[in-house]
Amino acid sequence: MRISEHPILEFERGREIEFELDGRRLKGYEGDTIAAALHAEGTRVLRRSIALGRPRGFFCAIGRCSSCLMTVDGTPNVMTCVTPLRDGMRITTQRGRGTILRRAPEGVREPRPATEDLGHVSLAVVGAGPAGLSAAIAAGRLGVESTVIDENDVAGGQLIKQTHMFFGSRDHYARTRGIDIGRELLTELESLPASLLLGTTVLGHYADGTLSLLRDGRHFRLSADCVILATGASENMLAFENCDLPGVYGAGAVQTLMNVSGVVPGERVLMIGAGNIGLIVSYQLLQAGADVAAVIEASPEVGGYHVHAAKIRRAGVPILTSHTVLRALGDERVEGATISRVDERWQPVEGTEETLDVDTICLAVGLTPNCELAFQRGCEESYVSELGGRVAAHDADLATTVPGVFIAGDASGIEEASTAMLEGRLAGLAAAGRLLPRAGRERIVAMKAGAREDLRLLRAGPFGEKPRIGKGIMFDRRRDDEAGER
Amino acid sequence: MNHRRDGILTPEEIEGQTPPADRAAKGPVVVVECVERIPCNPCVDACPRGAITIDGDINDIPSVDHERCNGCGLCISACPGLAIFVIDASAAGESGAVMLPYEYRPLPREGEIVTALDRGGEPVCDARVTRVLSSKALDRTPIVTIEIPKSRIMEVRHFRRKDPSR
Repeated sequence: MRISEHPILEFERGREIEFELDGRRLKGYEGDTIAAALHAEGTRVLRRSIALGRPRGFFCAIGRCSSCLMTVDGTPNVMTCVTPLRDGMRITTQRGRGTILRRAPEGVREPRPATEDLGHVSLAVVGAGPAGLSAAIAAGRLGVESTVIDENDVAGGQLIKQTHMFFGSRDHYARTRGIDIGRELLTELESLPASLLLGTTVLGHYADGTLSLLRDGRHFRLSADCVILATGASENMLAFENCDLPGVYGAGAVQTLMNVSGVVPGERVLMIGAGNIGLIVSYQLLQAGADVAAVIEASPEVGGYHVHAAKIRRAGVPILTSHTVLRALGDERVEGATISRVDERWQPVEGTEETLDVDTICLAVGLTPNCELAFQRGCEESYVSELGGRVAAHDADLATTVPGVFIAGDASGIEEASTAMLEGRLAGLAAAGRLLPRAGRERIVAMKAGAREDLRLLRAGPFGEKPRIGKGIMFDRRRDDEAGER
Repeated sequence: MNHRRDGILTPEEIEGQTPPADRAAKGPVVVVECVERIPCNPCVDACPRGAITIDGDINDIPSVDHERCNGCGLCISACPGLAIFVIDASAAGESGAVMLPYEYRPLPREGEIVTALDRGGEPVCDARVTRVLSSKALDRTPIVTIEIPKSRIMEVRHFRRKDPSR
């Protein structure tokens, strides 16, 4: 079902187009992704699993999890959650691994053998979310030219789905909605010496500093003096019976579907996780016209801000702490969920099972930093559970162990967008400090101190405890390592 | 703390922020239902009378000078947490009013009868919508004023339209 009226967003749909699913003619709009158009038409099963033939829907909706692969115009394993719908597309539900045609059908370009060289830039930023855009802006304000690369066709990262107002102070875009912050950052970037390579995936990051890029099926090579990795994070999965059923979606996917594509994810949703993301997405579901049956949380306390919890509570959504999901019900798609209370040792309490009538289960159970490009380059890794697990080791300037390579935002530890913007700024300033002649560096040192003080303030309260501890552990380790190296 | 367990503030938990008992009888006044240390301060900037202050760092809980506040409501749509309300018990008779943020569509019409809800989403009583503000300055957070019995102004914090399709 498509959203017709929304309190915050206006959906400008493109031209109506026709496509085929397994021989059936369906309608969509230009600008839809394939998965969104199918969802709007009521299709949730996108493929069958390889070994057991179980139904699969999408899960992450950002082109990472491979749950949504379908065969499109004869090409198998197309990520339908990020592939735009085109007029006359022939889509088939994929079974197994798919079959690669021996010869490319007419009109489909054969991969080019040679990699094209894009030359050398002083600063490459991977990821055009809050951290990446802020990094490019900070560097650009100092006259350092950058190339910002993002796999999506639209810049802004997760900001493009954040309809709520940000916290913080005026300097941190407080009171401004995420969607508008993304636009403001882009507008500023346009006035600076920076180029934006969208729809471009960074496939590799080699020891000599070369980045390999993929765009429209063509390979490119780019080298840079400094690289800032602002690659974000991936949604965590939760294991429970039938958790692979179509209709079990990550919170980011639900946000993408309703706030970017304008499609309601389901009529009645069970939210798993009462951290800020679970609470905010529940509120956004209500705004999109869906019903939220409950928000459940295994811990005995709400994890997110009370003000986010209060918004959905007064709208009648129960928040059940000390509760977990036992199983999803249904054969081909979610048709219900069984939940139960958990005891102090997080074990389900017998006799407290309850079945909810829901068609969607949304998981907001945390994120994992995307650090692959740092590790491939040879950056040392460090495990800090407070930051979300394995991250590239970094110091207070966001510098990794490889000189000239920085990591910022969720990729350097799970936090939120306000701090991601500050980390991006800090990394951009630090990179500029390496690239600019010595004369301007004093100014940069002062600017970095300002950004660090802002970060300290944003992390100073009880909700900043996890990143505050995590970053503390990380910086201490780096200092010890550096002392050891000397 | 109750609100950490189920998301509902008890009267005891907001005691510190509640205006004195007789204040609402003199005219509209703000209730800031913000009880946690989170890094946020737009309410301070929004108040033209300087009635809302945050003393220490940005994480501190806002304090309100209820005598200085004139209940103008400019802070309601400035609060990213939608945690600010204005209550008024100054009219003659039994009816009081609550101004609240309402980010849903369709908006109610002035004069419409809706179901007033408490902090837990439970119906409290019927309410009449007396004013719907939705200007550009409010940036997509409309402010709705509903009329309810004076005795309920510290209870009612939301409403549900009786026929949401219209």
